[in-house]
Amino acid sequence: MSLPHLADPAGRYRTMRLIRSFEELALEWVRSGLVVGGTHPYSGQEAVAVGVCAALDPADQLTSTHRGHGHVLAKGADPGRLLAELLGRVGGLNGGRGGSMHAADFSLGILGANGIVGAGAPIAVGAAWAAQRRGEPTVVASFFGDGALNQGVLLESLNLASIWRAPVVFVCENNGYATTLPAASAVGGSACGRAAAFGIPAETVDGMDVEAVRAAAGRAVERARSGGGPSFLECLTYRFEAHHTMERRFRLSYRAAEEVASWRERDPLATDLPEAAAIDLEVAELLAAAAGFALASAEPDPATATDHLYASGLRPRSGAAL
Amino acid sequence: MTLLSYAKAMNRALADALEADPAVCVFGEDVGAGLAGLTPGLQQRFGAGRVVDVPLSEQAFTSAGIGAALNGMRPVIELQIPSLLFLVFEQLANQAHKFSLMTGGQARVPLTVVVPGSGSRSGWAGQHSDHPYGLFAHVGIKTLAPATPTDAYGLLSSAIRDDDPVVLFAPAGALGVREDVTAPLVPVPIGAARVHRAGSDVTVVAVGHLVHQALAVAEELAGEASVEVLDPRTLYPLDRAALVESLGRTGRLVVVDDSNRFAGFAAEVLAVAAEECRLLAPPRRVTRPDGAVLPFALALDRALQPDAEQLRDAIRAVLK
Repeated sequence: MSLPHLADPAGRYRTMRLIRSFEELALEWVRSGLVVGGTHPYSGQEAVAVGVCAALDPADQLTSTHRGHGHVLAKGADPGRLLAELLGRVGGLNGGRGGSMHAADFSLGILGANGIVGAGAPIAVGAAWAAQRRGEPTVVASFFGDGALNQGVLLESLNLASIWRAPVVFVCENNGYATTLPAASAVGGSACGRAAAFGIPAETVDGMDVEAVRAAAGRAVERARSGGGPSFLECLTYRFEAHHTMERRFRLSYRAAEEVASWRERDPLATDLPEAAAIDLEVAELLAAAAGFALASAEPDPATATDHLYASGLRPRSGAAL
Repeated sequence: MTLLSYAKAMNRALADALEADPAVCVFGEDVGAGLAGLTPGLQQRFGAGRVVDVPLSEQAFTSAGIGAALNGMRPVIELQIPSLLFLVFEQLANQAHKFSLMTGGQARVPLTVVVPGSGSRSGWAGQHSDHPYGLFAHVGIKTLAPATPTDAYGLLSSAIRDDDPVVLFAPAGALGVREDVTAPLVPVPIGAARVHRAGSDVTVVAVGHLVHQALAVAEELAGEASVEVLDPRTLYPLDRAALVESLGRTGRLVVVDDSNRFAGFAAEVLAVAAEECRLLAPPRRVTRPDGAVLPFALALDRALQPDAEQLRDAIRAVLK
């Protein structure tokens, strides 16, 4: 059974709109100082998260990245709890312990956004290996950007997944830039060429087209679930915003305005769905309620700062003078 | 009389854990062949699906262990060379250790990393001879250094059952130790020190294989002083209560620790003593030099490791 909220085009549009509006609100909250630190906005890449998750079952899992809000929401996490997490409140997905870059909801198979580029891939391979060992039908989608293509551990992970025939779908979101470094000048060979070198079926797909992503992801998930091993998708996409919210202050000019504009013309949210306007209203209401929940959630008690440091309950020594 | 070797004790701990819990699995290089001495016979007995020979991709298979742990497995990762710990420091310090806190307690990572043959192996030179347990203790990963076969069995058993990541150093200098075992082998709690020899004049805190050196020196000095030998067994979390209790009786402290001196494990023991105890004499430590890199030539390799003479001198110094 696929994820019910992504079962039809309207549901997929609704979730993409939710992600976009969520990111716009998050940006506003960063600018106003409500969110400390910052975020890595997913705007522009919605079709990738939604298209891939539309091919997953509820029991399937994913690993995410520093630019993770889209994946987390697409898999079905509660937007109010994700907003509360950005605010560092106790009602957040992680109780305010993780923030934007570590959002996780294990009850939904979201094994965590990750602050280290490429770090989610081997975790996904191990999670898939464990599920496979137990005879569970779980497939694990591992999202990463074009920057991760040059991380050694990603290449090691492709190899491990290949030799184990692990049920993993590697999803490379190629948004053209590793922060400011263009993929064209950073990636020797190609994304799909890396996968092919390890014997993993790979295809490049239009990452601005949710239905194209869903179709390709569907083939990959089917292959994984039927014992055919891992697949690799390179989704060509673009982030409409800065790499992270701090970048706005620096007024960087590594991307030409024309380039940004041309990709914005291919906005994945452009739709001729007749119900789009109604969905937009619905999402606005949903997000307003989510914001209300997040803002009403309590600040954590400083006395709990080392809670959860150890799963076994070990308490660390205090840093204060004796 | 049954003489049990350290390596055989670890092998038995792994076998018992694999037998008792289907979630336990082993990832490592050459574990099928049992090259490092820990896993002989295990793959034949439990299958290549549970005792898994992995390619030379330490970072990926360590993180794959994390992923498997997140999905309910209890993986044991064997790293044949202590310096490989530097390669997977990201996976252990930045991923495995942080998942529980960062996820607000949603995740647990019951992952055990075992390094058979840590420290000097005599003649394996700069990149095979480190003892970086202080690094793991520093970041807060449960860090073990058993000295005897029964403790190796007991601590490895506890590590595998623990819900947090644990790194266990099996010092090369202890792998040859044999012990007459009469009692049944049982788990040893993490965080509990062991007094190997009671004494009243000075407490020698000895780590790993140096416990045996300390016991020999204590015996040798028996006519001069009553030396207590305290083996922390778990370096983190340190059994501070046992240390404070021992120093409360002796008032004198020597630490012998086969790792680098600056910001090393011995420094922490001295800090605890300074903060929590009233010592009768300035404490001493016998360690490798600051930032040591063990040279190849045997005489040079030995020259940088704590030896019995240095320990004798340190004990006499605190007794003055």
